[in-house]
Amino acid sequence: MKTIIETDRLTKSYGKSRGIRDLTLQVGEGEIFGFIGPNGAGKSTTIRTLLGLITPTSGTANVLGMDISHRREILARTGYMAAEASFYPGMRVSQLLALSASLRGMDCTAEAKRLCERFELDTQKKVETLSLGNRKKVAIVCAFQHKPDLYILDEPTSGLDPLMQKEFFALLHERHAAGASVFLSSHVLSEIQRHCTRAAIIREGELIAADRVEALTGAGVRRVTLHGVSEAPDLPGVQPITGGADSVSFFYRGALQPLLAALQALPITDMTVTEPELEEIFLHYYEKKEA
Amino acid sequence: MTVFLHELRRGRTAFWVWTASISLLLLTCMVLFPEMSGQMDGVTKLFANMGGFTAAFGMDRVSFGDVMGFYAIECGNIIGLGGALYAALLGIESLSREEQGHTAEFLLTHPISRTRLVAEKLAAVLTQLLMMNALVMLLAWLSFIMIGETPAIPDFILLHLAFTAMQLEIACICFAASAFLRRGGLGIGIGAALLMYFLHILSNISEQAEFLRYVTPFAYADAASILADGRIELPLLLLGLGYAAVGAVIAFRVYLKKDIAA
Repeated sequence: MKTIIETDRLTKSYGKSRGIRDLTLQVGEGEIFGFIGPNGAGKSTTIRTLLGLITPTSGTANVLGMDISHRREILARTGYMAAEASFYPGMRVSQLLALSASLRGMDCTAEAKRLCERFELDTQKKVETLSLGNRKKVAIVCAFQHKPDLYILDEPTSGLDPLMQKEFFALLHERHAAGASVFLSSHVLSEIQRHCTRAAIIREGELIAADRVEALTGAGVRRVTLHGVSEAPDLPGVQPITGGADSVSFFYRGALQPLLAALQALPITDMTVTEPELEEIFLHYYEKKEA
Repeated sequence: MTVFLHELRRGRTAFWVWTASISLLLLTCMVLFPEMSGQMDGVTKLFANMGGFTAAFGMDRVSFGDVMGFYAIECGNIIGLGGALYAALLGIESLSREEQGHTAEFLLTHPISRTRLVAEKLAAVLTQLLMMNALVMLLAWLSFIMIGETPAIPDFILLHLAFTAMQLEIACICFAASAFLRRGGLGIGIGAALLMYFLHILSNISEQAEFLRYVTPFAYADAASILADGRIELPLLLLGLGYAAVGAVIAFRVYLKKDIAA
């Protein structure tokens, strides 16, 4: 697989405060890659390093086959959406979009118009009067109007209403189908689960897992709910989630035979075994790392 | 050119406010001259006996009764101080306000090199200063015509060249400071301009403080000295332009390696 983003032991230290440590990551060309972690985990630091906004303390990173020191060449082929979109007060949306295109040395008028209509964005409004959702729409148009090869998106849907979120992902999939690669940072795990082929989980500046989303979701872990009992079976690989007078839920990691054997002795009235949601896997990885 | 033009657009309100303020003050001052010129003999004598105060503003070297003397002292202070404050604000805000307004991320995620960004921003600062000085110079000339006087052309040009050079130096030094800052440096800019002004006054009053002439750009832009000597003090001017060049180089070096705040 040809990589479009590749980091090797990428580290950014901010003195005492956390940055990222020894981050090694590969994103394949044509992928929609998810980057998951809570606020402060190092997602934005990673992205800002890839975009050349900050210089890594050590390690290397390549984007679009180029070392990140080739900022201009990389940025010419990249569309970026910041987690918090800030623009120049006093400018109209149309002026800002024209400025963005001009900074790229391009005329994106036609594509910008199409995107503004699609996202119902009033281009005559002053940017400082826009709501968070509308500022996000401006950021979408800025990131998409030049039809880049790579999209680096940091929490792109925060502030967008559900309809616009749907429209945004429809657009993203269109661009992906046309050959673009996507690096999607989010803490909305359902987004990653629904739209990404692979994902990585970052915690306290360190990468703790990177795999296909299905594999991360599976990861040998099952979510088991038993009715008719109040305690989870005492078995290696069992990690209780909730318990009550008449039911209990737990994660189980391991072969199914020992679990089924242990369950046979219990007065179970009903049971479900499902794949855990990514949220649960996320917590699972966190707890595993802490253990 | 995109950043350059964008900067000019962003700065146009401040540009017109400062240009209009300095020009109007200057015009007002000049309009008062005919009325005051009759009483100037007394005023000149009065100022001549004020010791350090007289020296501080160079009033011991030029005559208030003469239109060029009046222009150099009164209008020189308006253009000198006003221009210095505007130059300081232009320089100090140029780079730092991108991080203060959280727009640095927007700007620097476009395919423009940091060298080019700094160069275009610096060019915009210098262009605004040159435009402001050109307009002020034009209006100053008109003010002479309005009161029926004719300025001594070489002195008039020398004075304005010195004011412009002084402002360029202050702007470049503040521009260097701007590269270090993550938040607005309005206070630092105003403080630096006023400090330079008062250092100059100090250097005029005390012989022991004469070394300050090598620090403050107001020394070579001292209107009274230029008028009395008929020239700008070249070593000081070159030193000032050297400081400006060092400031510009520092700005490039710092900003090229700077981690941009979110």
